[in-house]
Amino acid sequence: MELVEMKKLQVQLDAFAGKDVYLHLETTNGSYASHFNEAFFNAGAFIRNVVINYELGKVIGDSPHRVGLKLPHGWVYAQGITHYEMDEQGRLLLAGHDGTGKLAVALQISETPFSY
Amino acid sequence: MTIPKEKHVLVVFPHPDDEAFGVSGTITTHIKQGTPVTYACLTLGEMGRNLGNPPFATRESLPEIRKKELKASAEAMGLTDLRMLGLRDKTIEFEDDEKMVGMMTDLIEELNPSLVITFYPKFAVHPDHEATARAVVRAVRRMEERPKLHCVAFANNTLEVLGNPDTVYDITPVRDQKMASMKAHISQTAWMLEEMEHKLAQGDTETENWLTKERFYNYRWDDDFEKSF
Ligand SMILES: [Zn+2]
Repeated sequence: MELVEMKKLQVQLDAFAGKDVYLHLETTNGSYASHFNEAFFNAGAFIRNVVINYELGKVIGDSPHRVGLKLPHGWVYAQGITHYEMDEQGRLLLAGHDGTGKLAVALQISETPFSY
Repeated sequence: MTIPKEKHVLVVFPHPDDEAFGVSGTITTHIKQGTPVTYACLTLGEMGRNLGNPPFATRESLPEIRKKELKASAEAMGLTDLRMLGLRDKTIEFEDDEKMVGMMTDLIEELNPSLVITFYPKFAVHPDHEATARAVVRAVRRMEERPKLHCVAFANNTLEVLGNPDTVYDITPVRDQKMASMKAHISQTAWMLEEMEHKLAQGDTETENWLTKERFYNYRWDDDFEKSF
């Protein structure tokens, strides 16, 4: 993965607009957060291989970045995006890694389903 | 304590690397004693958060990496019967409970182990660990002739509630294999191992103890984690 380059990422987001795409969206603090700090309120969400079709995708300039997808009847967004990659299978993988490198958020879109 | 000879040992954990820290010395010793050991690993740790810093892996490439690491860990322990059961990381507790018990029952009936090793329900911290432990305990509970059930517990309240472990093995003779098993999972353990080796080099006895002692609780059937299932 590489650090997000705004302009390149915007072009890639545009390329998926108006198509049926599979979505992976995840936020996480890790399952051990409340083990190491019992006062920690551990919240997160995960969705994988739900089909969406967005009309507008946008990456915002502040770093870490926010990325939003406008749907005909709703929205998808993620914040904390630091890295991106168009993988060899043509899937757009966005991720937010915290200061120690740990994944905190992932937003991925693909024209074919992600594995299980 | 020396490790008694078993007929067959079945180890069930949900994540590649679960075996490395807690039981790889015990597994290695059983294998050296000529006891067949099966390791059933339920997922490939697909949701691991360590992807390198800077990242060398992605959410999508991680499972293949961890599968290779798991195989390398098995090799380090001399383990030849590695089962990858194909569930997805962080979803085990949402699977049908009876299906999970069935999976465990099938394994136990096939292998007829004299000893089963898994996590201790309610003292296993991670939801996948808990779900795995529940499924194993339920499957064993139904057996007419139950194998011994040794459980790994590491919740913060373990000592307070369960007391001292029933069994503590000194695995110093196979320390190198244990190190190799932990190192095999380098994508997840790099940072931790670096810290550990630093402490060991300084002669930190607590770390040395943590490394060379493997701790197990006998599952307490008289204080079962649930009344019925
Ligand atoms: Zn685990």
